[in-house]
Amino acid sequence: MTLFRRSEFIIACILFAAMIIIGLINPAFWSLDNLFGLLRSNVIIGIMALGVLVVMISGGIDVSFTAFAAAAMYLTIKLMIYMGYEGVFLPFVAATLIGLFLGAFNAFFIHTFRMIPLIVTLGTGSVVRGLLLGLVGTSVINIDKMPQQLIAFAKTDLVSLTSATGTNFGLTAMILIYLGLALVTHLFLRYTMAGRSIFALGGAPEAASRVGFNTRRTLFFVYCFAGALAGFAGLLHGSMIWLANPRDFAGLELDVIAAVVLGGASIFGGRGSVTGTLLGVFMLVMVKNSLIIMKVDTTWQRVVVGLIIIVATALTAWRDRKKLV
Amino acid sequence: MSEHLLELKNIGKRFGGLVALDAVSLSIKPGEIHCLAGENGSGKSTIIKIMAGVYQPTDGEILIDGKPVSGMTPAQSVQHGIQVIYQDFSLFGNLTVAENLALNTLLLEGKRTVNWRRVRELAEKALARLGVTMDLDADVETLPTSGKQIVAIARAVMADARLIIMDEPTTALTRHEVDALFRIVRDIQAQGIAVLFVSHKMREMLEISERLTVLRNGKKAAEGPISDFDEPAITRAMTGHDLTDQVYRWQPTKGDTLPRLDVRNLSIAGSLDDINLTLHAGEIVGLSGLIGSGRTELALALFGMHPKFTGTVKIDGTSVHPKTVQEAIASGLAYVPEDRLTEGLFLTQSIERNMLATSLDNFVRGLFIDRKKTAKATTAMFGAMQIAAPGPYTPVNHLSGGNQQRVVLARWLLTGARVLILNGPTVGVDVGSKAQIHRKIRDLATQDGLAVLMISDDVPELVQNCNRVIIMHRGRFVDEVGPDALDEDTLNDRLKALK
Repeated sequence: MTLFRRSEFIIACILFAAMIIIGLINPAFWSLDNLFGLLRSNVIIGIMALGVLVVMISGGIDVSFTAFAAAAMYLTIKLMIYMGYEGVFLPFVAATLIGLFLGAFNAFFIHTFRMIPLIVTLGTGSVVRGLLLGLVGTSVINIDKMPQQLIAFAKTDLVSLTSATGTNFGLTAMILIYLGLALVTHLFLRYTMAGRSIFALGGAPEAASRVGFNTRRTLFFVYCFAGALAGFAGLLHGSMIWLANPRDFAGLELDVIAAVVLGGASIFGGRGSVTGTLLGVFMLVMVKNSLIIMKVDTTWQRVVVGLIIIVATALTAWRDRKKLV
Repeated sequence: MSEHLLELKNIGKRFGGLVALDAVSLSIKPGEIHCLAGENGSGKSTIIKIMAGVYQPTDGEILIDGKPVSGMTPAQSVQHGIQVIYQDFSLFGNLTVAENLALNTLLLEGKRTVNWRRVRELAEKALARLGVTMDLDADVETLPTSGKQIVAIARAVMADARLIIMDEPTTALTRHEVDALFRIVRDIQAQGIAVLFVSHKMREMLEISERLTVLRNGKKAAEGPISDFDEPAITRAMTGHDLTDQVYRWQPTKGDTLPRLDVRNLSIAGSLDDINLTLHAGEIVGLSGLIGSGRTELALALFGMHPKFTGTVKIDGTSVHPKTVQEAIASGLAYVPEDRLTEGLFLTQSIERNMLATSLDNFVRGLFIDRKKTAKATTAMFGAMQIAAPGPYTPVNHLSGGNQQRVVLARWLLTGARVLILNGPTVGVDVGSKAQIHRKIRDLATQDGLAVLMISDDVPELVQNCNRVIIMHRGRFVDEVGPDALDEDTLNDRLKALK
């Protein structure tokens, strides 16, 4: 495939054009302050999007991950406060494992009962959210109670600058975690048999098991991976905004799915790339950010996200259908 | 080393009380081209699955290289060098040709990582063994059926196959592609690989096979070198009785009757160029040509699916320009598509509902469907079409291909169509059903006065049923074989002349 026919190239062109247009409307867009802020907003959605990308390539869909993220974040921080634990590494391991464990439930139901992933993940998402609020708590843990180590960790900047008006701003080091995870996901999808088995499963499930892929293992991997990334992203989010709200992330699943679809992944499965997803996430965050700068009401932002999903899905569906002719 | 690569001895297979195979013996020598023939439901698929290790036989034994093998699993079957190419090819449409070819080897070697340079090398090697070249970076779903088939064969050869079983390999291929396939098959035969063709197309069996085994109702009906057989002999073995291939030739009625369908100067930019076609009541006209010659486009244009055509279309003298399928149906046109399974039938619905799907408007009383009237019409049609099913309430996916085709025909009869366009009317239908469908089509023409346009690649089918055959190429009518010259050799020659 030549460079020009690749979806990623087209997405990059659209992204670039959108940046120029937004820059013309609002010159402040190109300020380093704004760009650093944009990149910071990419981190959480982006990490979650990597998980959703992998699920979508396998031919599935996940809408439960935001609930898992909230559960992993809230449970881990509650536990840290309860135990008086001060550290960074182990809590992230714990949050990741919580997400992974919950993801295994999705895979179990989808595999064992041959259920439709959308229904399963709608169900598990709702159950997890309900249990979290009902059994663990509904109160927001704010900065006074938040483990200070976590906040300090998430404050790490790569570059710190002072603006003309005297305020400090910087580029968060968390972007490195995001890009690192993206690189690992890319290498995994492209250069391991397990990664290829996800494409095979999404392309032709019957054929995948016939040639000898362990499709059950692939399915479990995919949903556990999405859960684990969501759990990790959940705790990172809490650390970055200095509070843990068990009601957080509600409705974010649509943004993440929109970003992945915008990045060229096919909702029919079998197609998608990390590069595309990175671009899709950036585009979505940028559009939402510009709407905020232009003081568009949040309710209208939902309209925009919905339209992005519809248009991007229509385009990818059209692309995939054209290939079949 | 035994004389036979694979020997099945008195294999029996029962599913509950149903006997699918009864003491069937079949042997395949190394490097031979063997054909397994039989109608749908004769036990062909069961025997393939036994050879592939998917089913275990209830009785009998399997010998590979002269040694008995029992409880063979699919993985063991592959280890013994048996590769099955199913009709759906089991390929990954979203992956490239190279990856499709290399995946099996990588999996077999238990690799955990993918070396893309090696993937390419493996793929190049696989294609080189077949003597074909192909774009390794193309996604498989962009390939035509013949291309997918080549990838599937190359993949099987790569897995160190000694026996390749091909299930109905020629169903979706044009004549040129079949020739290309046969060249490849002879090529892999020269490499010592045996090929088992599972087919119901007699012409092709006679052309390629060295030996033939015929199944009927789960029993072996005939076996022997291909030189012992001719077409009627195979048909007799498959169906258990002789089928008469009477040729139907429509006789024009005296006097100047109005044509049923009259097409003048029909063109669609880029696909059809100045088509003129006249069909009379009772006439069956064949339309052939390579895939992509525009024949399907012509059918779709008449049926209201390409509304942007220029030119005139008259049905019984009345000008029509169908812009939608509904308009086409209302003006008396009916179209039975090539792929009846995806385009024509609601598989999980009953025969009755499928029959009524396009003519419900005729059975409405007020806001509601007149159940008595529909029941009467569908029961009558069910009988007239001789559909082999317990009753009109049977879901269509329980029927064989031939019976499904009859349901589609019945549906169009209920619309009161006057012009019937058939696209590949007997593709994937076995000989017995095929003869019955042909008889039905002729009845429709002679008794109901329909004008029939039959699009087909099946030369014997065209010669038997059509009074003339039009050959299309690149969107034009380029040739026509009239009633006096119409025989199989002539038509074959004319079709082969297209390049």
